[in-house]
Amino acid sequence: MLEALLRTLALVRKELLAVLKDPRTRVSLFVPPIFQCLIFGYAATYDLSHIPYAVVDEDRSAASRDFLARLDGSRLFSRVADLARTEEIEAAIDTRRVLLVVRIAPDFERRLYARGPANVQIIADGRNSNTAATAQGYITTIVEAFNTEWREAHGLPDPPLRLVTRAWFNPGLETRWNMIPALMGTLTMLQTLLLTAMSVAREREEGTFDQLLVTPLRPSEIMIGKALPSMLVGLTQATAILLVAQLWFRIPFAGSFVTLYAGLGLFLLAAVGIGLLVSSIVATMQQAMLWSFVILMPFTLLSGLTTPIRNMPEVLQAFTLINPLRYAIDIAHRVYLEGATFDELLPQLGPLMLIAAITLPAAAYFFRKRIG
Amino acid sequence: MTPAAATLPLVARGVTKRFRRAAGDEVAALKDVSLETHAGALTALVGPDSAGKTTLMRLAAGLVAPDAGELTILGIDVARRPQEVQDRVGYMPQRFGLYEDLSVQENLDLYADLHGVSGRERALRYAELMEMTALGPFRDRLAGRLSGGMKQKLGLACTLVRSPELLLLDEPTVGVDPLSRRELWQIMRRLVDERGLSVLITTSYLDEAERCAHVAVLHDGAVLVQGPPATITREVTGRAFLAVPPEGAKARDLQALLLDAPDIVEAVPQAGRVRLVRANAPETAATQELLAGCTLVPTQARFEDGFMALLKARARERSTVAPRASPQPRGRPPPRAALPEVAISVSDLVRSFGAFIAVDHVSFSVRQGEIFGLLGPNGAGKTTTFRMLCGLLAVSSGSLRVAGVDLRKARASARERIGYVAQKFSLYGQLTVAENLEFFASAYGLRGARKEERLAWAAREFELASFAALPSGQLPGGFKQRLAMATALLHEPDILFLDEPTSGADPLARREFWQRITRLAEEGVTVIVTTHFMEEAEYCDRVLILDAGKVLAEGTPAEIRARAPEDGTHVPTMEDAFVAIVEAGRNGARERGVG
Amino acid sequence: MSEVRPEPGGRLGAKLRRLDALIRKESRQLFRDPSSIAIGIVMPVMLVLLFGFGLSLDVKNVPVAVVLEDPSPGARRIAAGFTLSPYFDARLVASMPQARNLMLRREIDGIIRLRPDFARQHAQGTAEVQILVHGTDANTARLIQGYARGAIAQFAARTAAERGERAEAGPVAIVSRLWFNEANDSRYFLVPGLIVLVITLIGAFLTALVMAREWERGTLETLFVTPVRADEILLGKTIPYFLLGMTGLVLCVTAGKYLFEVPLRGSLLVLVLVSMLYLLVTLGLGLLISSVTKSQFVASQIALLVSFLPAMMLSGFLFDLNSMPTAIYLITFLVPARYYVALLQTLFLAGDVWSVILPNAAVLAVAAVVFLLLARAATQKRLA
Repeated sequence: MLEALLRTLALVRKELLAVLKDPRTRVSLFVPPIFQCLIFGYAATYDLSHIPYAVVDEDRSAASRDFLARLDGSRLFSRVADLARTEEIEAAIDTRRVLLVVRIAPDFERRLYARGPANVQIIADGRNSNTAATAQGYITTIVEAFNTEWREAHGLPDPPLRLVTRAWFNPGLETRWNMIPALMGTLTMLQTLLLTAMSVAREREEGTFDQLLVTPLRPSEIMIGKALPSMLVGLTQATAILLVAQLWFRIPFAGSFVTLYAGLGLFLLAAVGIGLLVSSIVATMQQAMLWSFVILMPFTLLSGLTTPIRNMPEVLQAFTLINPLRYAIDIAHRVYLEGATFDELLPQLGPLMLIAAITLPAAAYFFRKRIG
Repeated sequence: MTPAAATLPLVARGVTKRFRRAAGDEVAALKDVSLETHAGALTALVGPDSAGKTTLMRLAAGLVAPDAGELTILGIDVARRPQEVQDRVGYMPQRFGLYEDLSVQENLDLYADLHGVSGRERALRYAELMEMTALGPFRDRLAGRLSGGMKQKLGLACTLVRSPELLLLDEPTVGVDPLSRRELWQIMRRLVDERGLSVLITTSYLDEAERCAHVAVLHDGAVLVQGPPATITREVTGRAFLAVPPEGAKARDLQALLLDAPDIVEAVPQAGRVRLVRANAPETAATQELLAGCTLVPTQARFEDGFMALLKARARERSTVAPRASPQPRGRPPPRAALPEVAISVSDLVRSFGAFIAVDHVSFSVRQGEIFGLLGPNGAGKTTTFRMLCGLLAVSSGSLRVAGVDLRKARASARERIGYVAQKFSLYGQLTVAENLEFFASAYGLRGARKEERLAWAAREFELASFAALPSGQLPGGFKQRLAMATALLHEPDILFLDEPTSGADPLARREFWQRITRLAEEGVTVIVTTHFMEEAEYCDRVLILDAGKVLAEGTPAEIRARAPEDGTHVPTMEDAFVAIVEAGRNGARERGVG
Repeated sequence: MSEVRPEPGGRLGAKLRRLDALIRKESRQLFRDPSSIAIGIVMPVMLVLLFGFGLSLDVKNVPVAVVLEDPSPGARRIAAGFTLSPYFDARLVASMPQARNLMLRREIDGIIRLRPDFARQHAQGTAEVQILVHGTDANTARLIQGYARGAIAQFAARTAAERGERAEAGPVAIVSRLWFNEANDSRYFLVPGLIVLVITLIGAFLTALVMAREWERGTLETLFVTPVRADEILLGKTIPYFLLGMTGLVLCVTAGKYLFEVPLRGSLLVLVLVSMLYLLVTLGLGLLISSVTKSQFVASQIALLVSFLPAMMLSGFLFDLNSMPTAIYLITFLVPARYYVALLQTLFLAGDVWSVILPNAAVLAVAAVVFLLLARAATQKRLA
């Protein structure tokens, strides 16, 4: 038993050395995750700012100027053009100079004082309909605020229904709060799966695997020796992302670190299991890389990272049940933003455990079978 | 430039080339090399590992630019106008880049098209090449599925789809079995004799160099000697002898002792005797004593004798420290667990891959402390047999016992009793020498004081101490071999498996290697080894010859040699016997196939 | 042995024959190598299916709970508005703690709360409706808020109409129109984005691997010492992958138009032409990466980092460029995919808007020339 432990530890040490010694591997393990984390944090956001827009103010009244000042003052919109005629709208949008045009009809002020409604027309570029819808949402909010103040100022009665909206766990509704914790799963999965699959394939290709197999190391020890270093690398990456999330992006952490790391550990075990399964089937590094990408692509796209799982058709929703990343992202969100406790995470931890319990023995089986 | 110089295929004047290593330091691969080769003749480039042979070839092919000096190929300054040279020469690198996912025919077509050979010329040339290489039946086979020897032949065929004015061949015969090697040489001879082709070839087979019109010996990036092979052989004329060892003594034991004697510059076992070359100095008493019981018969000196004398002299002259310490005798190992008298027994072993039978009912046994040679052409099933013995591959049928167990079924700890050196270097290239040793020591369960002791032993015995911090992938070839041996021996195995350990190694390294093996056998280690150097079979106690998965012959080297045809001109060598046995086996198989 | 002296290597005929040989060789390898098939054919098909069917930012059937703390008819009618809406899958619950539990278990994404005194307040003039959303997925949350607002406005309009009053739309009301995508279907922008990804994958990722593979397998050393010129090697690689990329384009456009019913409002010819330009940019980039790194693993990592990732994140296909911080916004100008996304979205949804097409196509043309020239400069018939 002690012998086996020492042998395995020697292998773990060798693997870590092999990973950390090669400057190219070292760089490719830690630089892209941090880099991607920053890119995702800053670029991958559905939140808008500096939305370029144009105005056709046919009223040119004090009220219309007051209304437009609110748009300009919101810092969400930036006016890039004042159009003189309605005919110019088409060109402004077609050429992508503006994302939307606000048109104020000539009777705006008159109808406003006549207890409305004074219509404001919004014409948005639907080429990216998600962006357009979000921008319209912003305008709605601004209009609501304008309406409330106008009513107060002019002694008008309140509307029959007043909406009070609140968002739990992410009061400012920032996409970043959603994105960055999810990267703890996404980026580490990418790297650990690839690293595990490649490390065995590299040994096979370079002939060192045979050299390993003629030592007293057992196949199970070799598997542990390959799995542990990858998991350690994965946890280190997750920690780096966690630090960026807290220290750089200042996203408040609501849960417990123990729970988070327990969840991530289990997730990485499942990811490594898949990596080992890939490596037990392929013969070369090229195949390992390829299979990893073929697996990672749908896992990433169907993880709920960019689009909600609920919007997918049933078949694909069913597929996500075997996707460890789906659970990892859930865990990251729930622990980080919602402060979920260990037993609240059982619906996520259970499937991960199951995935690991299937992939690891399967990898061991194919390992032995291939050697034979 | 005189008209005569313009016609010389290769003229080098003071060529220097330096490389920057990964560690950042610069190494000079070629230092001020001046060289000429002759038109319509074979020129061989020989020398130990990292002498700069491959660099010179690449320079000649216009793939690398020299740092200084002038290199003219076919009258063209290759550094300035590489494309013109590349339009006119044929080049076969050490690792010929065949497209493995294209068939034999598609590879040939590609090179024919690239060289602009078409129409009738092409049909004619293909017919000749197919006849020459005997690749005809395999035209549709993917190049990746060819055996090593066939790949080399296809590489040569691709190089020869048109008639180059100069043929550059970098180690074309490494890892090629003796039969294919003979065929390759016949092809080249014909090209030179009939077409007047100029050939520059690098090789570590010195008998090949002897067949060339011109030889240049490179050492440490500089030319030591150049001229006809006879100029080098002449140096040792009258100093070559065959020593017949006394009754009951083994030739290889005598050889191992003689190799260390300061006044013997060369000793190899040959046909049951020891071929030796005496130094140009009076003999010491110790040597006289060694040779006391032997009969010394003068023999014709050969190129290899001269080459070894040259390199030994060089080594002695250059070393400021004492001459390389001979390997230290290994302290008697602690009493080994009783090993059965028969260390390895194999009976009726079969391994098939689909319809292909790689090993076909092979039986043999190896006694403890024996050196057992496994010989055979490329694709004979040697490596497959090895992999089964080491437990890396399941057997299809039959049984095998290594140290009393089947390693595939035995406990993992049973593997502590074997050591294995694979055909190609298979240690962790990015880890340092020390890290590799440390890892394998732990993997074999060595700990504490014993581990320290064994690591120290490895560093001392294989002289690896000065390389301890170098990534093993950057070791010079000979030291890679030593490191592989060191890791296989750290845990003092009872049985050592060596798969083509000397392939591509230079003559010095090979002698040193066999000296170690001989000593291990003396200590009771069982050694099973494969090789394509037939003269190395002389070191073995017994050899087995395989072809197409079947056993063709088994016996002591003397018994095998006895099966060679007598032509009366020379004492038959191991290689003669090998070729005769394999050809007879193949003819027999063909007849059975027809009948 | 017959005398075979080839014709001079520099002539055009010989050049074309060599090129032809290289292209045939490359195509054979392409179809025999499972990895090329996987990246060149399996991955694009998978992407088409995933993007077309799997990914959607459109919110439909959002599970919400309506907390009816006030069982009055008025409150019930609001609740009915939610249960009947196609956007919501609403269930009625009696108490807030119950709803909170559902939300924590993520069984619902939002809560509409009608307080106990809703009817009384409504009668007095203004009643409050609370909308609570699960904020983790901010984008969805915002869309839910918007839909909820719409549902309630409808209710207000209906009640007003029943009372015979004019709909109280507030002093200022918004009338909005979404051009080019009236149905607000997210496929309309996902499918053009998909084309960018597929072409980037084939152009940059696959070619980054193939040249590096030749270096790794040592085949270039042999190829170099033949009459082959470096530009022929490069062209021999470019042409087959160019054709493969165009096949990918046809696949995506066909799937987009007929399977996912995204309109193509611009001209097909212009679409094909600008796609060729972008394909050349990615091919140049792939070959450049390959020639510089000479290792498949490193090449794949770099290709992923400098081509695929920016095409996904910094091209404006998924995320709005104007909203990015200035530093990143400036970086996006260096991303060729950005110009191609602008072209695709315009050609598919808006039509032949020349003022968008010409400048963007010009940038792509310049980038193509630059990358191909750099790749040519990096491909020397020399061993490092």
